[in-house]
This record gives sequence, structure tokens and C-alpha cells, in this order.
Amino acid sequence: MTSGDWNAGELMSIVAARQLRDGMVCFVGIGLPSEAANLARLTHAPGCVLVYESGTIGSRPDVLPLSIGDGILADTAVSVIGVPEIFGYWLQAGRIDVGFLTAAQIDRFGNLNTTVVGEYDTPTVRLPGAGGAPEIATSSGEIFVTMRHTRRSFVESLDFVTSLGHGRDGRTRSRWGIVGRGPTIVITDLCVMRPDPETMELTVIDLHPGVSAEDVVEATGWQVRFADRTGVTEAPTVDELSVLRRLRARTSEAHSV
Amino acid sequence: MTEFLSLADAIDRFVPDGVSVAMEGFTHLIPFAAGHELIRQGRRDLRIIRMTPDVISDQLIGAGCVTALEFSWGGNPGVGSLHRFRDAVEHGRPHPIDIVEHSHAAMAARYVAGASGLPFGVLRGYRGTDLPGVTDSISTVTCPFTGEELAAVRALSPDVAVIHAQQSDRVGNVGVWGITGVQKEAVLSSSTVVVTVEEVVDDLRPAGPNPIVLPSVVVDAVVEVPGGSHPSYSMGYSERDNAFYKGWDAVSRHPGVFAEWIDTHVLGVSDHAAYLSLVGRS
Repeated sequence: MTSGDWNAGELMSIVAARQLRDGMVCFVGIGLPSEAANLARLTHAPGCVLVYESGTIGSRPDVLPLSIGDGILADTAVSVIGVPEIFGYWLQAGRIDVGFLTAAQIDRFGNLNTTVVGEYDTPTVRLPGAGGAPEIATSSGEIFVTMRHTRRSFVESLDFVTSLGHGRDGRTRSRWGIVGRGPTIVITDLCVMRPDPETMELTVIDLHPGVSAEDVVEATGWQVRFADRTGVTEAPTVDELSVLRRLRARTSEAHSV
Repeated sequence: MTEFLSLADAIDRFVPDGVSVAMEGFTHLIPFAAGHELIRQGRRDLRIIRMTPDVISDQLIGAGCVTALEFSWGGNPGVGSLHRFRDAVEHGRPHPIDIVEHSHAAMAARYVAGASGLPFGVLRGYRGTDLPGVTDSISTVTCPFTGEELAAVRALSPDVAVIHAQQSDRVGNVGVWGITGVQKEAVLSSSTVVVTVEEVVDDLRPAGPNPIVLPSVVVDAVVEVPGGSHPSYSMGYSERDNAFYKGWDAVSRHPGVFAEWIDTHVLGVSDHAAYLSLVGRS
């Protein structure tokens, strides 16, 4: 049963969560990806193994962590290890099925910028930087990206490529011999995009209910392509919505003063 | 032999102006009390090495202690920007800082190399990114066995490591557990090591997952500072003060508000216990 009462932010998390298949080993970024990954674990994918870069494997938090190394991630983990091990023995060694990322900016080939807006030496906006993302982006089996859809974040040209999508020409991965498939899906609050199999350019395949193609064009900084026949995203079910809202309520209560 | 010192004495003796200092702690076990003591003693020209320069680095940068930062992710996790860090990079306030920027995997590899006495670390990293173009300590090396081109990153060998841990015994063996980040590697790659601990105990009894003991032979000074990681946390002793991290955004946003906060909470207190009482954590 679908529910008629939801907002775009809730739908984005729910659609992002649906992409995780049960049993996947998922390297989870903080923020939107962490919410989506935990929602998946609490709904259709209880066997997902969530890996956080702080060194926790198999964490099952009942509230979302504010930071990537909150105590609840260690308290509920199957195993806790050091940071060199999580990046070496787990990520680089190929044990991660999917990396779940977000970014400040993305371009048409799914390259991500979390470093600077403007010139590197004289930035207009200094962003936090790379964190684990550059190696998550290349060593995970595939990458899911989730971020809010605005013209400031979906840009024609990135000032800085922090993490590789499909390269500035859509061909960079094969040139480097990178095994990971890179971004296979981008979930926003307006639509779902996948790379075109030939050109690797992000293409809108589903519009969220109530969103028009015009809305997506307006919120995208490049001339965005649409699939020949775009679908409509399935609305949240009552169950998905209720699990998400309870998760958010518990989280908000836990982080308040 | 490990010395047991007051925080003021340990910082005074082991962390002089101009040194490179690894202040690690990955969300967990961040040495805030030591950071505050650096500010109280008016330390200058520090080269801070820290994978995740969160609020502690914001405080040190805003207070003018830092001229260089080697890091991989500089933000207030789950909240937003570090405004004092951004102000330094974007506007040179209170003065410009040099930044040396890596990824987490690379910083970890640099620490492991330093701890192992090697000149560089190696990883399958940085492919297709712009970071090698802006960071001199990133290069490449070709595997002599397979011909694969890999990233090579310069080893970290800090002058000093300052970390927080749960326990020390009376000899100076240090017990750490939970999310240990790069605490071990920061200690083993540095020339001198200062550890603040929650408690000095007769017998080390790690009470959680992932226990590590750092033998006293690699620890120069131990300082007992209960609550020394606040607003970060020490598993088994305290919870992360997430409300503090959220509230920091408003403090850090304006230089004047920040200066007032430092005056009251750092310069205006005699020691860490007085700070904890001010923030309602005593």
C-alpha cells in the first residue's frame, strides 16, 4: 500500500534505501547515505552489512549517528577495527559491494566535488575535502549517489574532481583499468538518474510523483538528458514512511540537548 | 621511561612553538583538553596533522596557533562547516594557513609508513582525481612485480603525537578501545608522544571492542585528564556531546563570538575540570 502523505526529502531517502539489496556490504557516507542505508536495513534488507570509515563493520544503530564515529556505531558493530585496516583490508581489497556517497557538486558523468568551489588556492567556498570518497569511488563494486537536486549542485563543470565518477569524458575508468563500476545510480529529491550504457552520461529514468521534466531541467546546470520513456517513481509505502519517520524521531530526540 | 605530568607541564615541555603535531582521534578520543592547553599557553606556528580536523582544529586555527594543516576531511560532521578553518583558507583570518590535503586512505597509508620507518606509503588511490595536482606529497610508483601503477604518498613523521586514551597503568602502558582510528599509528610514527587518559589504573582492563595496548616504551608522558576528550567521547567513560557539536556552528560563525567563547571557556579557566563544569559536564 502506498501512502499519499509524504514530502520530497522522505521520498529521496526511501528511493535511495530501495537500491540496497539484502546482504550487500555497503560502505556508508555520513548524512543522506547513512539515513538511506539504515532505512534499508530496517525495512527490506536486514542482512545488509554497513561499514563506516571509522572502522565499524556490521553496525546496527537504532538512531542515526551525527558523526561517522559515534559510539553507537561501535556499540552495535560486529567488529571494530582501525582506520588503516578499514581502507586497506576491506575497501582496497575489494570486499565492498557498494559505496554510498553524497557530495556538494556532481557533473553529468557522476564525478563528485567535495573540495572547493572556485580556484583551489583562492576558493569561493572551502568544502570539507575528500574524506574516504576518492578510494570508495574507485574500489567499491559500484557507487550509489544521493543528493538534493539544485542548479548549484548539479553543475555543467566541476571546479575540482575529488572523486571519480566516469571521468570528465565519461571514459576515464576503463583507461585506468578500474574494476569498480562507478556511479550506477543517482537518487535526488526530483528524480532517479542512471548513466547511459554507451556514453555514461547521467540520464533521467524516473521522475518522482508530481515532478515534471521541466522541474528537472530547471534544477540541472547542464542540458540534462531523459530516457526515451521516463517512468514514475513508486510512491513510499505506509511501512517505509513509518519506519523512516520513527528513525528520524528517535535520532532527533537522541541528539537534542 | 614514561613520565606522569600535569597537562600544563606536558604541553610546555613536549609541544613547543613550531613543531608538527599529530592530534588524532577519529570522532572518538579527540584530545580536546590538550588542544585547550595549547591555546592557553599561546602556542604559535604549529603544523597540525589530523585526518579529520573537526572542532578542535577550528579552535586552534581560530586562536592563531596554526600555520599549516595536513588533513583529509575538515568539517563539523553531520552539522556543516568549520567556520574558523574556512575563514583562514578563504580570507586568511586570523592569518593564512598552508594546507596539505589527502584522502583518508592516503593519510592512513602515510601513518602506517611512518610507523614502519618507511619513506612512503602505497595505495591504489587517487585515480581520476584532481588531488595529485595540488598536493606535493602525492606521487606514483610502479609495482616491480605486476607493472601496476599505484599512488605513493610521503610518510608522516610528526615531531609529536598528542592523543587521548581511556587508561594508562602506573608504568605508562596505555589502553585504548572502541574506534581506535589511527591512534596507534600516530603514536608509532611520532618522535615524542603525549597521551592524556581518562584514568590511571593498577591493571589495564580494556572494557570494549578492539582493545589495543600501547607499551610504555613508546609513551613519553601520560597526563590524567578525566573528560579530556569533551565534546568528543571516550567509550566506557563518556558519550559524544552531539548537542555541543551542533551548537558550535553558531559559536564558530563569527570571529567575535568565537573569541568570546575562547576567552570564557579556555583562557578564562584554570584547568580542564573548570571547563567541564562550565559546559555542564563535571
